[in-house]
Amino acid sequence: MRPITLLFVLIVVTLVLQALGMAVGSTGWSPPWGDPTAMQIVWDIRAPRCAGAWLAGALLGLGGAIAQGLFRNPLADPYLLGSSSGAALGVAVLLALLGVSPVASAWSLRLGLTGAAFVGAVGAVSLTLILARGVQHTLRLLLAGVVVGVVLGALSALTMLMVPDIMRAMQAFMMGTTGFLGWNSVTILASTLVVSVLVAFGCSRALDALTLGDSAAISLGVRLAGVRMLLIAAMALATGAAVAQAGLISFVGLVAPHLVRSRVNTTNGPVLVLSALFGGVLLLGADIVARWVWAPQELPVGVLTAVLGGGYLLWRMNRGG
Amino acid sequence: MSSSRKMWWWVLPAWMAVQMGHAAPGVTLVDDRGVTVRLDAPPARIVTLLPSLTETVCELGGCARLVGTDRYSNHPASVRGLPKTGGLDDANIELIASLKPDVVLLALSSRVTDRLESLGMKVVALEPRTYKDVQRVAGKVAQVLGSADGGSRLWQRLEAQVDAAAKMVPASARGLSVYYEVDSAPYAAGESSFIGETLTRLGARNIVPTSLGPFPKLNPEYVVRADPQVIMISQRHSAGVGARPGWDRIRAVRDKRVCAFPSEQGDVLSRPGPRMGEAAQIMARCLRDAGLTASPGASR
Repeated sequence: MRPITLLFVLIVVTLVLQALGMAVGSTGWSPPWGDPTAMQIVWDIRAPRCAGAWLAGALLGLGGAIAQGLFRNPLADPYLLGSSSGAALGVAVLLALLGVSPVASAWSLRLGLTGAAFVGAVGAVSLTLILARGVQHTLRLLLAGVVVGVVLGALSALTMLMVPDIMRAMQAFMMGTTGFLGWNSVTILASTLVVSVLVAFGCSRALDALTLGDSAAISLGVRLAGVRMLLIAAMALATGAAVAQAGLISFVGLVAPHLVRSRVNTTNGPVLVLSALFGGVLLLGADIVARWVWAPQELPVGVLTAVLGGGYLLWRMNRGG
Repeated sequence: MSSSRKMWWWVLPAWMAVQMGHAAPGVTLVDDRGVTVRLDAPPARIVTLLPSLTETVCELGGCARLVGTDRYSNHPASVRGLPKTGGLDDANIELIASLKPDVVLLALSSRVTDRLESLGMKVVALEPRTYKDVQRVAGKVAQVLGSADGGSRLWQRLEAQVDAAAKMVPASARGLSVYYEVDSAPYAAGESSFIGETLTRLGARNIVPTSLGPFPKLNPEYVVRADPQVIMISQRHSAGVGARPGWDRIRAVRDKRVCAFPSEQGDVLSRPGPRMGEAAQIMARCLRDAGLTASPGASR
């Protein structure tokens, strides 16, 4: 398949899913037309939820494509520099502080859960960069990311143990939640997506050169340190924003680039953009199923992204032989 | 022939044991696992691994016999000084063993049951989830403590408290529709949960029917559509309620009838135990205050 064809297909699927998402509500299938209150609910709740889910998925897909290109590792995902554990720790600490004292509560409320998750995610990546002493060595960077991830994960587990009230909220965060995405979230996610897609696309030539190895890339005139820093910043921003708004959605970032590459054989530029679109489609699809199958109860959307994404990838792999 | 003779070797000692059991001052009871636990004497040293069980033991006058509790047991005040043996998933086996308990009371879901039993400790697993369970658990704990009618007295007192709480709710507040949020996600307390049972007895109309189970994770849109007149929620999550997409149109939010329970009340409200009567009073106060501001004819 040519990249432009896949682009077209993904856009069409996105539009279809958006329309479908508008018609699936808390009572299952309930089309938006009809009484004005229903219309208002669709506009206030379902529309931003659909848009937000797609955007969060797109950010994760983009983050995954950046990670896999940058580290030349098919198992890389957007969380590999510690952002997920950082976000979880941010949320855990905030939730724990909310109960402590009025001052702490007031301060926590101003930051908000999304703020705490974002600060945690970006903070964790910065910590990884510091521990790896910059971006020169990819392996050192990966190991530092693993260490930061494990240590921060342990700290949030400890926080949960000490303040058990927050356990259920934390569990919801770790499995991903798209239920409370509003227009504010959509604005934040959309602007982050625009910025990070532009940065990543701008660096995509360098990624192409990097597939030949570090020294080849340098001899081709790539300013390695600067490009890596930019791409890591874009990845941290994209992942941090997505995680802050929608929780720890598993698997989208890992699987979206693979799904793209199993369809088209192309350079990093198109892969980055298409991965974003595929990620969006995946998360939006999962969100619709999550609120449909069991309505008015909801499945955790993270469970579905893993099942849908993993299942589809397996099917593709076996069909491809 | 030989098999029936073999059987006698089993039946006879068992029969003798039962006879002796009647003679000794011990207790035999079946716990919630269905396991028969035999205590030779009323236990003098008790460890509890669930806050509501700790509260039940104390309510039945057994507080002085407690030698350790789980990390989260904090009521009554006297248990705060006891050794803390960890939580549901990380109970400290060695510490529990060193306390030399005559019996350990714990939740059905506890992971340490088998380990404690293999170390020779007596374990009674009890799982209070609903009013009925609380009544049963009170009876069992009273049995363990060697108090014949303690369980039924506790239960009667609790019932009387709930009835008194129900009387606190004025007619104007009866039939108000209520959404009780257990945790943001949002998880709700449905009609079939013990919280829901209390709400029903207070005359409130829960927006989450029995069919959805005790604590379902809801689509937030469901709450907006149900448009409850009162929201009960922990203070931890109350501040953001109006900011959730579409929630500003919910009657409870618009009319400022959101009861935010501080965390010290949270323990009372979230434990199916002897303080359910107190919890009912907290909820009744919320409904009473909501009834004062309810516009006439608002309850539909």
